[in-house]
Amino acid sequence: MPRKLSNPFSTSSMPHTERSGERRPSQSKGNRLTQFFSQKPKESLSAQQTLLAMQQQQGISPATISLPTISLSTATAGEPNSDEPPTTLFQPPSADEARKKQRVDAQFGPLLSPSHLYVSEHHGKPLEAPVEDEPPYYFVLTTYISYLILIFFGHARDFFGKRFGNKKHYETLKAQNGYAPLNDDFDNFYVRRLKMRIDDCFARPTTGVPGRFITLIDRKSDDFNRTYKFTGTFTETLNMSSYNYLGFAQSEGPCADAVEECVRKYGLTSCSPRSDTGTSDLALEVEHEIAQFVGKPAAMVFSMGFVTNAGSFPALVSKGCLILSDELNHASIRIGARLSGAVIRSFKHNSMSDLERKLREAIAQGQPRTHRPWKKILVAVEGLYSMEGTMVDLPGVIALKKKYKFFLYIDEAHSIGALGPKGRGVCDYFGVDPAEVDILMGTLTKSFGANGGYVAAEKHIIDKLKSTNAATLLGESPAPSVLMQISASLRIITGELAPGQGEERLQRIAFNSRYLRLGLKRLGFIVYGHDDSPIVPLMLYHPAKISAFSHEMLKRKISVVVVGYPATPLISSRARFCISSAHNKEDLDRLLAACNEVGEILQLKFSTGVAGGSEPLPAGVSPEMEKEWRKANGLEGVVKPPRWRLEDVVTRGELDVKDQLR
Amino acid sequence: MDLQEVQTQLTEWVNEAATVFHKVPGSAVLLRYVRSSYQNDPVRSAIELILVIFFIRYLLAPSYSTSKQNFIKLTEDEIDELVDEWVPEPLVAPQTALEETDMEKLPVLVGPTGPKSKLANGRTVTNLASYNFYNLNANEQIKEKAIQTLRAYGVGPCGPPQFYGTQDVHMKTESDIATYLGTEGCIVYAQAFSTISSVIPAFCKRGDIIVADRAVNYSIRRGLEISRSNIKWYNHGDLDDLERVMQKVVQEQSKKKLTRRFIVTEALFETIGDLNDLPRLVELKTKYKFRIILDETWSFGVLGRTGRGLTEAQNVDPTQVDMIVGSLAGPLCAGGGFCAGPRDVVEHQRLMGAAYTYSAALPAMLAMTASESLNVLQSNPEILLHCRENIRLMKGQLDPRSDWVVCTSAPENPIMLLVLKPDVVNARRLAIEDQERLLQECVDESLANGVLITRLKGWPISNSIGLKDGGWTVQPALKICITSGLSKKDIEKAGVTIRHAITKVMTKKTNNKLGLPTA
Ligand SMILES: Cc1ncc(COP(=O)(O)O)c(C=O)c1O
Repeated sequence: MPRKLSNPFSTSSMPHTERSGERRPSQSKGNRLTQFFSQKPKESLSAQQTLLAMQQQQGISPATISLPTISLSTATAGEPNSDEPPTTLFQPPSADEARKKQRVDAQFGPLLSPSHLYVSEHHGKPLEAPVEDEPPYYFVLTTYISYLILIFFGHARDFFGKRFGNKKHYETLKAQNGYAPLNDDFDNFYVRRLKMRIDDCFARPTTGVPGRFITLIDRKSDDFNRTYKFTGTFTETLNMSSYNYLGFAQSEGPCADAVEECVRKYGLTSCSPRSDTGTSDLALEVEHEIAQFVGKPAAMVFSMGFVTNAGSFPALVSKGCLILSDELNHASIRIGARLSGAVIRSFKHNSMSDLERKLREAIAQGQPRTHRPWKKILVAVEGLYSMEGTMVDLPGVIALKKKYKFFLYIDEAHSIGALGPKGRGVCDYFGVDPAEVDILMGTLTKSFGANGGYVAAEKHIIDKLKSTNAATLLGESPAPSVLMQISASLRIITGELAPGQGEERLQRIAFNSRYLRLGLKRLGFIVYGHDDSPIVPLMLYHPAKISAFSHEMLKRKISVVVVGYPATPLISSRARFCISSAHNKEDLDRLLAACNEVGEILQLKFSTGVAGGSEPLPAGVSPEMEKEWRKANGLEGVVKPPRWRLEDVVTRGELDVKDQLR
Repeated sequence: MDLQEVQTQLTEWVNEAATVFHKVPGSAVLLRYVRSSYQNDPVRSAIELILVIFFIRYLLAPSYSTSKQNFIKLTEDEIDELVDEWVPEPLVAPQTALEETDMEKLPVLVGPTGPKSKLANGRTVTNLASYNFYNLNANEQIKEKAIQTLRAYGVGPCGPPQFYGTQDVHMKTESDIATYLGTEGCIVYAQAFSTISSVIPAFCKRGDIIVADRAVNYSIRRGLEISRSNIKWYNHGDLDDLERVMQKVVQEQSKKKLTRRFIVTEALFETIGDLNDLPRLVELKTKYKFRIILDETWSFGVLGRTGRGLTEAQNVDPTQVDMIVGSLAGPLCAGGGFCAGPRDVVEHQRLMGAAYTYSAALPAMLAMTASESLNVLQSNPEILLHCRENIRLMKGQLDPRSDWVVCTSAPENPIMLLVLKPDVVNARRLAIEDQERLLQECVDESLANGVLITRLKGWPISNSIGLKDGGWTVQPALKICITSGLSKKDIEKAGVTIRHAITKVMTKKTNNKLGLPTA
């Protein structure tokens, strides 16, 4: 049934004639550029022309070009000289072109050197849990004391506030003319007394594309974050916060062109759930592409990632089944599990021994009380954990799966696109056959710059899910524009569209991730997560440092996500950097410099050296020889806290990330 | 803030400190000093002693577990054997026959959704199965706006609203909806289907009381289930019954601590299509001090002069309704859902609405489309009239003239649900599955004649587990979605086609026979 789409990108000869029937405003080449900069960018280059442009530039690999301006990644739809011979590329840009290039670069940074690339791949050995360094005792202690003080002051303010304070602020906490309060005083305490203090670090409004840079709408509060006023100014900041792993958040370039074309053709929605008339040729095509991409026979797409989980668990398991869920699994998995009616147990984060213990106990004891054997056991894990930066120990899970016969559900929300030599997620990264995993779920919100989620599995499973998953039967189907974004970005990753670009994106994010992580470790910060993971949490501990860090970074025009309790354990508040292919080394160096400064100001350099970042081995000593060398020099068991100078971090990092990180 | 957690952490820390303390040189001297000072302050010693005892007890207490109550101790070998023997059921059951035919017959559209849609088999049919009531999907002005937004924002916001996913477009859409409805605030979710499932548990917690209509839709049921509140049901559409239930709740609660109480219901019911009585609801709510969560998914953009929904249609002040939940993905041809209400209610959800907090924001293009669609509706209320006229025409073709089906939908509802008449069902003893099968035949027959309609999907409700709802069953129905994008002639023609299709199916010999008693 999935027919080939009349997609401008399909390399099959989709003729111009097919599109000639469409209503498109005719365009004259001359004013294309001016239109682009006018308030209403009515029409930029058509996707077909883009494709042409892409193909013309194919010959030029990023490595062979000395000028950064012509890296493939920056060659976008609007390149005004796309239908002229490529020699014109080397002419000095006009003012308009320069502005345009600046705009494009703000969304996706140019690659500065072909050596800033790395292939994300697991190299054999069993996956070890990353070492979690701990701060000195003093910091742990003062963190607890900080919370105690905050709680004490919170209660004191509540006590007096309720009696003498502004009535309006306490209204929702009290019973009012017969209505119970909408918020529980107790439940709400954290939000009211702790989060409110640092509320301006969250939900910062933005405008424009969340690409390499993100534009914040400045706001200020005169009443301690109860309300905000916009100051009317904007700040362009380096974006370390969006889940834009592969840099597909772009308003220009092949994806955006395809989406525009698609909106003109399909309109904006399909106005219907999949089970009525929401199944379009486009949806089927995208499902087919996703299935091929992740390496499963079939797939289905949803209009929201959250509901993909929340709806799939009830369709897979029910009463009499057991869900074993990693303790750090996302809220959507927990809600889905709860809705399913199955018994839910959790195991220690990424701990295969705990999982095995729980499995043995579950199978041996059977269902509670009746001791009947479980109908089935479903183990739910995430590919990449968004707060920890850790990857699932997939080989470990698969080994257990073979022995204990459970079904495996992997949420690849963050790992799809971001991990693996071909960007196909954790299976790709570890070299595991996707057939070993029963259900591969993922979201399209992150790496693909679209929205929604997918589930991929064997055909008979997908068929059944299509007829039993309520989110498919009743929920709205994904909008055509979103489907086209998915399709176009997928084709770029696979290399079907704009060959070379996808590979570059994949290798850039891998390089960037390792580079930043190593750099931060060398500067002396405690960071969590595996080396290849594009999520880099930097530990802050103190609640006061949450907002201080965020503000200091904002001062340096960098936007970061900071999280504290309850999203993390009480003491391990952190800042989280999300690496993107859109960043280049310059951006990361800027971030490192900022972290270096802020780390000094806020006393964040806690690391003891056990988690890496140590001095390089002297010349002539290979990692294999390290042990002997240490013995010979009396350095056994000596770990020096790494406190590198910024310059050394920047100059050495580029080379060192290619080796095993230490 | 979980105080308990802080406390346990604290005790742990004190314990650790004690051990460290003993290792410190000179601690013995200090201890002696403390001991001697205790003689002067017996109260203090007593308190500290109690604390120490408490710590020791706490440390020695076995870790709390509920599952260990009838734990059977087995040897490792026995467990290995059990592991070897255990055979799990397959992950999913095979498809049932009905599911298979449904899947086979699923229409696949090629190109845009419109009043006339092209199917994968090449035929162009009259589409009366999409929620494209005003054909805004083909509106060039809206498309243009969406493309402009695309060119400024890209597609996805790549992050949840709390982490830089809130764009000015979202804020604009929220304020547009709030202004349109006349509420203080509004929050936009990324998917309509998940909105109310998330709104309900954001407010209703364990111990709270929810009174719900028996016929509420599946999304609401999910919300009720997640909330873990105490749920009471009242008979569908019977507000006297609602009052009885409310009275009982108030009575039962009179001696206890005041808990939150909610009424959860729909404006236009998804599975029946009929209309609620909002003035009466508001009267009851104020009398018994309940809050209303009103699901306007099917009425927002449909009822009232300019499509503001039930509040406009029945002249109720929207501020009387605590939470209005609606969809932007239906007739507005955008995407996402919203919850409108007082500022507190809205702000609370920004942290507590799971589908808001833990999910990426709505793509800017779709948010912009929603704003623009509202604009179109407000400035051209005549398209609502046009749609209603088409509903009337269609109804004229079907309801009074058919011997087999009746329309359960309200006269203003563009989603016409046609169920088999009770005497037909009784005379032929049609079980739910038989009705589904017959109606599917009607759908097929009508499609063969160029009119695409569909069936109500009641499966999720009839198979949802966990909620004791007094045995509500969804009656299978044909679903016909009217659009203003068709001319009167087209609508009438389609009506005739559908009527004939139904008659043909119902008078078919085999169907007649099957329905007869087997005796
Ligand atoms: C692991 C995981 N699953 C699911 C989701 C939900 O995806 P979406 O944002 O597309 O709703 C997220 C998003 O934050 C996630 O991190």
